[in-house]
Amino acid sequence: MSDAIKPDAVKDCRKVGCPMNLVYAKVELAKLQSGQVLEILLDDGAPIGNVPGSVTREGHRIIEQKRLADGAWSLLIEKK
Amino acid sequence: MLDFTSEQLERYSRHILLQDVGVEGQEKLLEGKVLIVGAGGLGCPIGLYLAAAGVGTIGIVDCDTVDISNLQRQIAHYTADIGRAKVESAKEKMLAINPGVTVRTYQEYLSAENIRAIIRDYDFVVDGTDNFPTKFLVNDACGMEGIPFSHGGILRFDGQTMTVLPGESACYRCVFREPPPPDAVPTCSQAGVLGAIAGMLGTIQAAEALKFLTGAGSLLTDTLLTFNAKNMDFRKIRLTRQKDCPLCGENPTISELSDNVRPACGLQEKSVRQACDAGH
Ligand SMILES: [Zn+2]
Repeated sequence: MSDAIKPDAVKDCRKVGCPMNLVYAKVELAKLQSGQVLEILLDDGAPIGNVPGSVTREGHRIIEQKRLADGAWSLLIEKK
Repeated sequence: MLDFTSEQLERYSRHILLQDVGVEGQEKLLEGKVLIVGAGGLGCPIGLYLAAAGVGTIGIVDCDTVDISNLQRQIAHYTADIGRAKVESAKEKMLAINPGVTVRTYQEYLSAENIRAIIRDYDFVVDGTDNFPTKFLVNDACGMEGIPFSHGGILRFDGQTMTVLPGESACYRCVFREPPPPDAVPTCSQAGVLGAIAGMLGTIQAAEALKFLTGAGSLLTDTLLTFNAKNMDFRKIRLTRQKDCPLCGENPTISELSDNVRPACGLQEKSVRQACDAGH
């Protein structure tokens, strides 16, 4: 089902710790229009634990969260 | 949209993380222009925090030089700065914190002749002066130019501040009609001032400037915030615009700026220059 969603922007934040991964996510989201989708790649652990809740609190929508082969995560965020 | 460098993203990350500031708010700060009147007890923390926040252009006005008696509270000036112009001393520390901002210095006394031309170029003015005539001058000039500003005053253990949006919220003259007679209010050098309250009030004023530029939160408009640090009482007094205000009322009587009685720059009688706003 994820194949149906094509992100408008991709940001690789693997190896980027908290909170800079969220800073980069916010910068990328600021460049998008409402309804567009950002794919952000996040490390396992604190990054995938923290970032989804933070972007959700700001009103954006998580439309998919899936594990990658290297153990990191792909997060699809629809801009509010 | 501005292109932030990765260094800027790290430097301003704690602002960008704030929902009410974010990327857009930080851009507004970087494009913002704030004038600080006075590089003393209030102006020092205001200047340091605005520079740290990345306010793109910061003007600072003060005609004085650093004196050893300033160092107990004027936190941007160091012992080695004694004798230097306060604006130069403050500028050096602001740029040491953040080389990415522009600091413009005005080593002169604000007067009826020069104030409108100086403030006109700024988005927001922060009054950190220590004497009533200049506070009224800042209020009147900002009213005439339509420039929002933060008023602030400290004495002994007391501080007070209000933010004014000219034409929208109560101005300083709506509350305090005229400067008090020169002898009516004790001066800082006579009455003393607890050093740390300069930081308490100055940082509140700096926060107001940052909130104004970013649009975050609600300002201290139509409100006089006062505190007494002896028992840490904070109070908010509701204000309303006065129809009979001589500046912003229905029939204003002030159409031109005047200097009233004001101390001259370089005057030896420091007690005159250091007269602080008692705020009552
Ligand atoms: Zn008024």
